[in-house]
Amino acid sequence: MAKANVSLGGRDILDLESLSVDEINLVENTAVEMKKIMKRDIKKVPALRGKLIITLFYEPSTRTRTSFETAAKYLGADVINITTGNSSVVKGECLRDTILTLENMGCDGIIMRSPCEGAACYAAQVAKPVIINAGDGAHAHPSQGLLDLFTLREHGIKDLKGKKMVILGDVLFSRVARSNIACWKKFGADIHVAGPRTLMPWDVEALGVTYHARVEDALEGADVIDVLRIQLERQNSGLFPSMREYAREFGLNEARYKLANPGAVVLHPGPMNRGTEISFQMGYHENALIRNEVQNGVAVRMALEFLTLTGGNRIEAID
Amino acid sequence: MKLLIKNGRVVDPSQKLDEVMDLLLEDGKIAKAGKKLNVSADRTYDATGKVVAPGFIDMHVHLREPGVEAKENIETGTMAAAAGGITTVACMPNTKPAIHSSIILSGIKERAREYGYVNVQVIGAITMDEEGKALAEIGDMAKAGAIAFSDDGKYVQSNRLFLNAAKYVQSFGKPIISHSIDQEFNNDGYMHEGAVSAQLGVKGIPSIAEDITVARDCIVAGYTGTHIHIAHVASKGAVDIIRQAKAKGWPVTAEATVHHLTLTDEACRSFDTATRVSPPLRSQDHVDAVREGLKDGTLDIIVTDHAPHAPHHKDVEFTKAPNGFCGLETSVGVVLTDLYHTGLFTLPEIVDKMSCKPAALFGLPGGTLKEGAPADITILDTEKEWTVDPDKFYTKGKATPYKGKHCKGKAVATIVGGQIVMEDGVVCKK
Repeated sequence: MAKANVSLGGRDILDLESLSVDEINLVENTAVEMKKIMKRDIKKVPALRGKLIITLFYEPSTRTRTSFETAAKYLGADVINITTGNSSVVKGECLRDTILTLENMGCDGIIMRSPCEGAACYAAQVAKPVIINAGDGAHAHPSQGLLDLFTLREHGIKDLKGKKMVILGDVLFSRVARSNIACWKKFGADIHVAGPRTLMPWDVEALGVTYHARVEDALEGADVIDVLRIQLERQNSGLFPSMREYAREFGLNEARYKLANPGAVVLHPGPMNRGTEISFQMGYHENALIRNEVQNGVAVRMALEFLTLTGGNRIEAID
Repeated sequence: MKLLIKNGRVVDPSQKLDEVMDLLLEDGKIAKAGKKLNVSADRTYDATGKVVAPGFIDMHVHLREPGVEAKENIETGTMAAAAGGITTVACMPNTKPAIHSSIILSGIKERAREYGYVNVQVIGAITMDEEGKALAEIGDMAKAGAIAFSDDGKYVQSNRLFLNAAKYVQSFGKPIISHSIDQEFNNDGYMHEGAVSAQLGVKGIPSIAEDITVARDCIVAGYTGTHIHIAHVASKGAVDIIRQAKAKGWPVTAEATVHHLTLTDEACRSFDTATRVSPPLRSQDHVDAVREGLKDGTLDIIVTDHAPHAPHHKDVEFTKAPNGFCGLETSVGVVLTDLYHTGLFTLPEIVDKMSCKPAALFGLPGGTLKEGAPADITILDTEKEWTVDPDKFYTKGKATPYKGKHCKGKAVATIVGGQIVMEDGVVCKK
């Protein structure tokens, strides 16, 4: 269980490298309690009543933004959503001024997504409100890493030590991959990545993983398979010839899944391109925890918002 | 006007000189050098315990005028040079419009005479608007005083056009300076491709983007016999290629920047936009290779690539920031701290690479304290300790990856044409 002296009060959540194992466990354990609230008849507690949370998204998003908003509303916070299409950003306002404007309106927390790596770190230097990084380019997506860990633990994989974790696909452009790797490394997992070399950072081993050019080699004996989304725009960038060939050579299908350990778990951050990086059958496989990830995403984000905005670390403080 | 510099350690590799002596400056020239000169002067500067060197020449500076004065102008840029101990700057032509015609080039020289605190040499563009499509009027600019030609900031991507440029400049006897980095790779990344970029998820620029282009430039130098100078060499592959080219006797010279000699891509971890530069800060193995290249003469000179930006241009997300930062006011301090006090380079080596060599390579006045030479002098206090504080800079650009760095060694006086333009960090009216 979390130690009593661990607190995330006032902390910006920018990446998972900077969270300790105790802090991650605090979030995970708090999320267990949050999930219970989600199952109540009246899904609302006043833990964040009187707090203003603003979601500031410079990229399209359905699940992450909605998930943070839902989480905040379950906790009683006021939520305002800003998407760049209908904000002063289209008038050319820079990030500093946007953030300072929100700060001066009295907001307590900013949930931020940007296509620019480091944008959340920059925002955290600029502003006083808590910044929660909801994805900055290919850098980090800490809440995704935390919800994937939660999903694995909930499924019974409590200890990652020595477990073979395989990440398939576009590691080069994936903040999900980086946050999962950062998290899993802290718990001693054996991490492998596979996919075409063009979709890997050149110095991929610097991530602390083993690279396989062939997906089959990576999947042998895997305990967890995390399939990354192939963004549609990538296929015209010369990185691989076609979605068709990608699916055939690198996609997760039932034949390849059989190479993994029996009962191996499949994760996918969504949204899925069914038939490309993951086959239709695998997307709805009994060991695919993709819908659990979505549900747990709300619980983990409730925990993050609660812990950073109240500084509380006692679960009983929620009600 | 006579100025007597007393009792300094005179370090002048152009004469293989390194001894304590006096120097008399008269009418803008070095009039006399010798031990305990017994002459009268209008002013005596006591240089006891200090190093007296031929004025430092920085061959890679962006003064931003005309057109981008929000970032710098000739006055502020040359004040920064004076403050940093630099007596001559060569300014790059990526202005708006580019320095691609003699009238623009003459205009800069005219303004530099009026507003400049140090000598300004001008580098003309190779192609119109630096677009790499049509040759600029190189002959016209050479006659107006261009010392070299470069499309700095951009690589002349067309092999055919670059070969033509290399042939064409021969009628005017000027070198070409190449900003050697493949444009396609360069426009598709924000930092050095390596372990740090992999971890940060920031798109990287492979070091071979530099090697490939340096190889072509060396091949063109060998083929044509035209002197081609490679700007800001930052990769070990490029150093190797230049070393091989020189061994073949090809007329290639090259420069290293202060930052590529002293910083790695680890500096980018904080997403500080002051670390964005082209070529990017690379990993330690590349820094070691650049140092080795400078030591063995593969790389000839040290420059800053002083590239100031307006504060609001750098106050953005890392990947949105423009490349470049200011360097004129930190170069001497950083070089003395990281290259001299660490024992990597001797003082004569540093003076050679920051003064004598640049003058010799580009046929510039200065770079020597011989009698009759221009009275351009940099006086150093190698022991002075100070901390880099951008708020005190004269340049308009405040972004520097050295912010807060503790330095040992500083230029304490800058003399241009026999007149003191900086003393103890304060820039004086000419």
